[in-house]
Amino acid sequence: MSTPPKPNPIFSGENRARLELDAKEIISRYPKARSALLPLLHLVQSEEGYVSNDGIAFCAEQLGLTTAEVTAVATFYTMYKRRPVGEYHVGVCTNPLCAVMGGDEIYSALKEHLGVENDGVTEDGKISLEHVECNAACDFAPVVMINWEFFDNQTPESMKKIVDDLRLGKDVKPTRGPNRLCTWKQASRVLAGFDDGRATEGPQAGEPSLAGLRLAKERGWQAPDPADTAAAADEEGTK
Amino acid sequence: MTTLTPVLSRNWDRPDSYTLDAYRENGGYEALRKALTMEPDAIVEMVKASGLRGRGGAGFPTGMKWGFLPKDNPKPRYLVVNADESEPGTCKDIPLMMANPHALIEGVIISAYAINSHQAFIYVRGEVLHVIRRLRHAVAEAYEAGLLGKDILGSGFDLDVVVHAGAGAYICGEETALLDSLEGYRGQPRLKPPFPAVAGLYASPTVVNNVESIATVPSIVANGAEWFKSMGTEKSAGFGFFSLSGHVKRPGQYEAPLGVTLRELLEMAGGIRDGHRLKFWTPGGSSTPIFTEEHIDIPLDFESVGGAGSMLGTRALQIFDETTSVVRVVRGWIEFYAHESCGKCTPCREGNYWMVQVLRRIEAGKGTQEDIDTLLDICDNLLGRSFCALGDGATSSVTSAIKYFREEFIAGTHTPAWELFPYQRTTRWANESVEEDA
Ligand SMILES: Cc1cc2nc3c(=O)[nH]c(=O)nc-3n(C[C@H](O)[C@H](O)[C@H](O)COP(=O)(O)O)c2cc1C
Ligand code: SF4
Ligand code: FES
Repeated sequence: MSTPPKPNPIFSGENRARLELDAKEIISRYPKARSALLPLLHLVQSEEGYVSNDGIAFCAEQLGLTTAEVTAVATFYTMYKRRPVGEYHVGVCTNPLCAVMGGDEIYSALKEHLGVENDGVTEDGKISLEHVECNAACDFAPVVMINWEFFDNQTPESMKKIVDDLRLGKDVKPTRGPNRLCTWKQASRVLAGFDDGRATEGPQAGEPSLAGLRLAKERGWQAPDPADTAAAADEEGTK
Repeated sequence: MTTLTPVLSRNWDRPDSYTLDAYRENGGYEALRKALTMEPDAIVEMVKASGLRGRGGAGFPTGMKWGFLPKDNPKPRYLVVNADESEPGTCKDIPLMMANPHALIEGVIISAYAINSHQAFIYVRGEVLHVIRRLRHAVAEAYEAGLLGKDILGSGFDLDVVVHAGAGAYICGEETALLDSLEGYRGQPRLKPPFPAVAGLYASPTVVNNVESIATVPSIVANGAEWFKSMGTEKSAGFGFFSLSGHVKRPGQYEAPLGVTLRELLEMAGGIRDGHRLKFWTPGGSSTPIFTEEHIDIPLDFESVGGAGSMLGTRALQIFDETTSVVRVVRGWIEFYAHESCGKCTPCREGNYWMVQVLRRIEAGKGTQEDIDTLLDICDNLLGRSFCALGDGATSSVTSAIKYFREEFIAGTHTPAWELFPYQRTTRWANESVEEDA
């Protein structure tokens, strides 16, 4: 007879009690409990850094689902990791627009620099690397996401420096994001729906976001004055 | 000449543009006050009269969609904002929510009031942490100020809003897959009909609209349908973001009336990067057939772009100059569709997989004489036979690239694309290294 496996300390005892309260709060936001499944998976990922079988069992119990049902969902979405990733998860956009602008070069430079393949983690557990699809920042190409914060207009050199700094424990600041990068687990907790109070940090917009507005101001362009169109509409009406 | 019309982006140059105070200083939430004095149906009529068409890609008239909600269904109604923005090239909703989330929240409140919904969801893709923070912050500010929750501004109208983070799946932008995902399932498209208006979230009547569509509603309520219609073309009214990316001098967001041309936008964006010329571009993301230099004067509205064999889509103008291999780009897009195919139907799941194999071969200069026909056959089999528009969209770049650049695919039978178009020449820093070498 084999001895029963030790309970996972993250999902037992006091920690479990705390997580169950979190889970209750998440579930209470939705008209139907099952809608809480995606945030709950983010929650268990915020505890372990990935979605383990124990994490899946925890989600299943909170929602009265089978582990098979939860597994089917967890494996569908790319943001849920079934193996541990680094404390800083680096996603290089290699969707064609970014790839052409230099994303391919950044990605291969990082693979070589870190000595990892796609989805690989450095030995110190600090950095993992993957290539990601378009992250809705094409006007900042080439774009890299670290723990899902924006690092705009990168180069192979700038990215090598950033991952080096992260491995040395230095603070790193995203281009459009909070003042300091948070860890993968902390990021997952924000995704689960628990604020970290950093929404007002960082810029409101990057330069490309402002390109049209700046030009419009320079050239004195504006949307029509509603008073003019209202007057025109009245004229139409009286014709 | 068309000029820019910043409306949603008007306050983005304020460092605090995302706060409630800043939004209010620019007239924010005045439209809500006005809306709450109107009959809900009058708002629906106003949006219909404005001619606003969905900004999420398909261009369906927004007011008409709202009008499809059955009058006699006793179930609760839901408003779901599609903030999944993942169509390659599309990059407008994310900066909008980062810089001006209150425009979306105000739009949500007005739209929910108009369709008599008391629960709204904003389904935002998970890979944009700071945008999620900004949205939640804006929602919290709105609750605090009595703009959300019970008895909004003393009107008797109640509304709750939940910001829901997705988990990485392009297909969840498809509205019925999004609803499945929001219900806690794998995000796979549903059979339509029934349409969401009849049986959407939790089988209840539901309106799904894009971020930009909903964020545009307050400006229509504030300024009138005529004002909105005074911009754009007869059938493509109003303004929208045109997102320029790639080989242009000043990529970014340009808020302009529909019907503006690429020539005009390129002039505004400083043109193609120095020493290069336009080769091909997407008018509305990777799911819309590519255009070339000959299409530079086509008015970018739904009808004109459609008439020229493509689609306006999300106005995601990805610009590639003559250094770029079209085969490389198409291979990359098809890898994307193959990766993102939800696997529900065979033509899409298998077709994209096979196209990747063929395109990789052609890119490597190892294509066969039959490969072009094979690609076109697969596209034939996909277009119109796939369960949802992801499968249709995947064929767009392949068939259009073969149409305009067949010789590059033929060259793929003997020469690798990276020899014909050295890849280091396309990068953002390529021009600098050329100068250094010289
Ligand atoms: C594969 C696929 C992905 C889509 N992604 C998005 C998206 O990210 N955002 C969006 O608003 N619409 C997306 N759509 C379109 C939606 O299905 C839907 O038409 C839209 O949200 C309706 O809103 P609108 O009428 O305001 O445009 C996608 C469609 C497909 C087929
Ligand atoms: S076309 Fe593709 S994405 Fe759409 S349902 Fe079929 S397999 Fe899924
Ligand atoms: S292609 Fe990289 S962000 Fe869009």
